[in-house]
Amino acid sequence: MDNSPLQIRALDKFRGKTQVLHGIDLDIAPGERLALLGHNGAGKSTLIKAVLGLIRHEGGSIRICGAAPGSAAARAATAFLPEAVSFHPALTGHEQLTLFARLAGERADIDGLLERVGLGEAMHRRIGAYSKGMRQRLGLAQVLLGRPKLALLDEPTSGLDPISRQDLYAIINELAEQGAAVLIASHALTEVEARTDRIAILRKGIKVADDTLAGLTSQAGLPVKLRVQASGAHADRIATETGGRRINGASVEILCSPQDKMAELRRIAALGDAVADIDMVPPRLEDLYRHYSGEDRK
Amino acid sequence: MRRAFAIARAEMLILRRNRWLFMATLIMLAFALALSFAGSAPTGTLGVDMLTVSVASMTTLSVYLAPLLALMMGFDAVAGDRDRGSLALLLAYPAGRGEILLGKLMAHLAALAVAMCIGFGAAGAVAAWFGGAGAESLMALGRLVLTSILLGAVFLVLGYALSALSSGATAAAGLSAGVWLVFVVLYDLGLLGAVVMDSGGVFTQKVFPWVMVANPADAFRLWNVAASESVALSSGMAGAASALPGWAAPLSLLLWPVLGFLLACAAFRRVEP
Repeated sequence: MDNSPLQIRALDKFRGKTQVLHGIDLDIAPGERLALLGHNGAGKSTLIKAVLGLIRHEGGSIRICGAAPGSAAARAATAFLPEAVSFHPALTGHEQLTLFARLAGERADIDGLLERVGLGEAMHRRIGAYSKGMRQRLGLAQVLLGRPKLALLDEPTSGLDPISRQDLYAIINELAEQGAAVLIASHALTEVEARTDRIAILRKGIKVADDTLAGLTSQAGLPVKLRVQASGAHADRIATETGGRRINGASVEILCSPQDKMAELRRIAALGDAVADIDMVPPRLEDLYRHYSGEDRK
Repeated sequence: MRRAFAIARAEMLILRRNRWLFMATLIMLAFALALSFAGSAPTGTLGVDMLTVSVASMTTLSVYLAPLLALMMGFDAVAGDRDRGSLALLLAYPAGRGEILLGKLMAHLAALAVAMCIGFGAAGAVAAWFGGAGAESLMALGRLVLTSILLGAVFLVLGYALSALSSGATAAAGLSAGVWLVFVVLYDLGLLGAVVMDSGGVFTQKVFPWVMVANPADAFRLWNVAASESVALSSGMAGAASALPGWAAPLSLLLWPVLGFLLACAAFRRVEP
């Protein structure tokens, strides 16, 4: 019996006649934070809803801790934060969280949880009077109810200010440390770059990448950018000798593959006094995302 | 069941907070009192006490008002949550869809019961104070309150079914208005037309009473009328009631909420949030 928090095999999902998910395989280990990236309509939310058992899938299998999606065991093991979460405006944050705790069958410290997400003062106010960020925090509080084995967060940082984002990732790390598998669907590339263990990219319902950031970088073979600052009027000479491109009066930009990087650096060093400074820019997640989601393919 | 109670508690809070409970009670109270006073004139001619007359007119009132109040609460049950975007999260919790509907039903039914008891109870008390009441008319009042709650239950679950089937809360509201019109007004008009066309033939003799009792609103009326002779006398519905066995109307009114609830659950299970 396989008890990994999430195991998806060859998942197919059709919406009418269009296939929105094509043979998706995906696993998350306990304590792992996975970023699920993709354009709007790439199938991220559909995938999450299929894992929650809210929509039926046509092919393949999904197992949450060995249980079928939508089963009582799977629902008890899963926490979910929907995109742009909303609640009934007439209830207070405290009442709403109490309802969720009762539904989950948890004897939770409601006040403590609300304090934890920074809603201590607002917990007895109606949700109708909450800001978007406060609703998102309340959504996060319900994720922390019980000890989920799998947390599915759909665009968790949308509508949050930078400080709240820091808090959010601190809470996500806490979840992962407790052994929860965390899936974060996001657009915010720079954010998830440093804060997740693995990255999966969906493009038009197809998984086009699934690896660590380092693994994706070496597979993609994207060029490293070397920015050479010339001293005096040597920029032209450096540009012709290295085959680089002048980007302003005193700088030259050279693109080289990761393997040729050291050779290139030695050649530049050989130019002696003509070079004043060198900056090295490795490919960022944004470049990788463009590469894998097919935007830079002509 | 514990989960259904959790939903019911939250729904009850919502009904209290958005003044639904207050408004529904106020409406029931205002109409019931108005009818009791307006309908107090024919007491002497029929030889029954004032509470009986009052119950007869409130029966007619309840046929219109109970389904209306119930549908107004019911249409939002699924569609409202889906429009707001909170349905997906609710369904991700380990509560079955049947449990969710049951929880909502308990809260909505409790709210209706409060409105009915206060509205009809107050009107009945006023009628009894001014015109006297007997054991039979008190029974009739009790029966009116209970059957009104049952009638409300029918239209609550029908409201849930419409709410689950329609594309949004606005569409559900429109459909609910249509259902109210059909069950409460058009159905009777259609039957009336059929009876006139048939002019006392087989349809009027054999089929008509059964078709009539199949409609929960008419079953409600028949039950109240058939059970109390004096109410029948003062509401002029004795004819149809006597053509049916005594269990027909109660059976219809008890069966409808169950079937409606099953229908609502089936519709809700098909919803993909």
